[in-house]
Amino acid sequence: MEAGSLSSKKTGAPKPSWASGSGSHVGDAILKYGLAGLAVGVLVLIAYFFVRLIVEAEPALSQVGVIDFVFGDSWVPSQGDYGALPLLVGTLITSVIALIVGVPVAIATALYITELCPKRFRGPLTVVVDLLAAVPSVVYGLWGIFFLAPKLEPAEKWFSETFAFLPLVDPDKVSIPNYFVAGVILAIMIVPIVSAISREVISTVPAEQKEGALALGATRWEMLRMAVLPYSRAGIAGASMLGLGRAIGETIAVVIVIGNAAVIGSTIFSQGYTLAAVIANEFGEAASDPLHRAALIACGLLLFILTLIVNAIARYFVNKAEEGQASRVPAGMAG
Amino acid sequence: MRQLEPTSRTRIAKDRAARGFLLALTLLALVPLALILYYLVKQGFEAINWEFLTTDPTGRFLGDPGGIRSAIVGTTIMVALAAAISVPIGVGVALYLVEYGKRTRFANTVRYFIDVMTGVPSVVFGLFVYITLVVSQIGGTFAAWKGSVALALLMIPIVARSSEVVLNLVPDSIREAALALGAPRWRVVTRVVLPTAFPGLVTSSLLAIARGAGETAPLLFTVAFANEMAFNLNDRMNSLPLQIYNDVSQAQDRLVARAWGAALTLVVMILVLIVIARLVQRRSRLAT
Repeated sequence: MEAGSLSSKKTGAPKPSWASGSGSHVGDAILKYGLAGLAVGVLVLIAYFFVRLIVEAEPALSQVGVIDFVFGDSWVPSQGDYGALPLLVGTLITSVIALIVGVPVAIATALYITELCPKRFRGPLTVVVDLLAAVPSVVYGLWGIFFLAPKLEPAEKWFSETFAFLPLVDPDKVSIPNYFVAGVILAIMIVPIVSAISREVISTVPAEQKEGALALGATRWEMLRMAVLPYSRAGIAGASMLGLGRAIGETIAVVIVIGNAAVIGSTIFSQGYTLAAVIANEFGEAASDPLHRAALIACGLLLFILTLIVNAIARYFVNKAEEGQASRVPAGMAG
Repeated sequence: MRQLEPTSRTRIAKDRAARGFLLALTLLALVPLALILYYLVKQGFEAINWEFLTTDPTGRFLGDPGGIRSAIVGTTIMVALAAAISVPIGVGVALYLVEYGKRTRFANTVRYFIDVMTGVPSVVFGLFVYITLVVSQIGGTFAAWKGSVALALLMIPIVARSSEVVLNLVPDSIREAALALGAPRWRVVTRVVLPTAFPGLVTSSLLAIARGAGETAPLLFTVAFANEMAFNLNDRMNSLPLQIYNDVSQAQDRLVARAWGAALTLVVMILVLIVIARLVQRRSRLAT
């Protein structure tokens, strides 16, 4: 902290005298407190949000019990069984597949675009990768169910037969759609955000460090491995967690391609369900049944808490990576 | 003088392999985009014609399914209202953070929670509006304005964060110049900072709008579905994402064809917003 505040003095961070505002102007006061009120409003909204979700989920949680709700493995609304474990497991399986498939690709694009790509391709490549984020999730779902799922089926069958000895793979249990299709769709959807944040983090690696590595005779790859990656590791981890948060919360694309079967699938090619998918899919039928509705809201609460934790950790890493590096660069040498 | 050792062959080979691998993965990331766009255009063009764009869905399962006029109109209305709510709030919060809050603990807390808010799944926002506005029956049950509120909740953090970046680009020197001329702080903000940052703020707002336009989950719980064209904000309204979602779930080829047509229309609308946003950004005088 000490060092950070010392070095930032040169860049003008300490408040100039006018920044504290002179109280004599009514306009100033109105603008200042009006805007501060907006900011407070946003915080209050988030708190209210959380409280209302708990209140509305309470009937289901007290009827079933919090532990039984989270770890019960039977979700049959028609019989009043509300165990969210199959949904939770589905959310985890699809998100993990999304991370395994999506994160390496996203990091590779970030490294390639920032460090290896010829300068004139840098802009266009960035735009194209970002375009993946512009496709609405319902369109991903549409494409996933009518194009990707049928195209992946032969590959899944072949994989299941060839690697039948692996856990979570069984040649007799390949159904379309399934966890894996959902995971791949999610992987495609998280690439742009993971790539964008990784690019930001990687571009904060000081040029002297990279040039130093190259001057010592490192090849480009060695420079990336020894100078860039260690420096941006925390930030890339944070970026991946932000991607995880996205994958956990994605609803519409998943509900279309996962099959919506409320059981814990025995293979990665089984049909399943996720927390987000169940809310979207059963919401209509739950309107007439208060307990079912409360159970779905409880799923929303669980989802909210999960994403909150994941995002809080992710932001911690990303902020630390970006700020820590900014203060480590001597002020005059930045950029 | 001693001859310099050439870099060993294995190291060069490793370097080549690694760079090739990174390039290959980068190209791999572009494959799904190409496939999606290809299929979208191919299937979408088959469905789209003038009649498709100018008739309402009939709601019939068999026979003529109709077009998507009400969905285009509904999406436009709801997204416009959502923008009218979220842009002032988002830009206002960003102004507070940049002009007044700066690095105080309170400002950092707001910043942190806005970041966290960007990570909240859209389905949860939908659920929240459903609980607070639909279940409690404020002005009836499902209504277009409630969908706009849900979209606005999702757009506020996006607008706030990107506007903050833009406002930070306004050089302190011109703020100081205005203050030195005796302008009060609020006039500096409204007459100097905002006009300077205007193109950038337009860009960040348009990108947030583009994001909101494609969202399905928040509308699902708040607006419900309607076939006929509606202009009453207090009533159900059709929208492109919901139209697509409804049609996908049907085992009927003509409905699926309409889903592709609607999807292409939606993606084109979003791309137009993004292109306008980028053009405005290019004309901005602030360096990004």
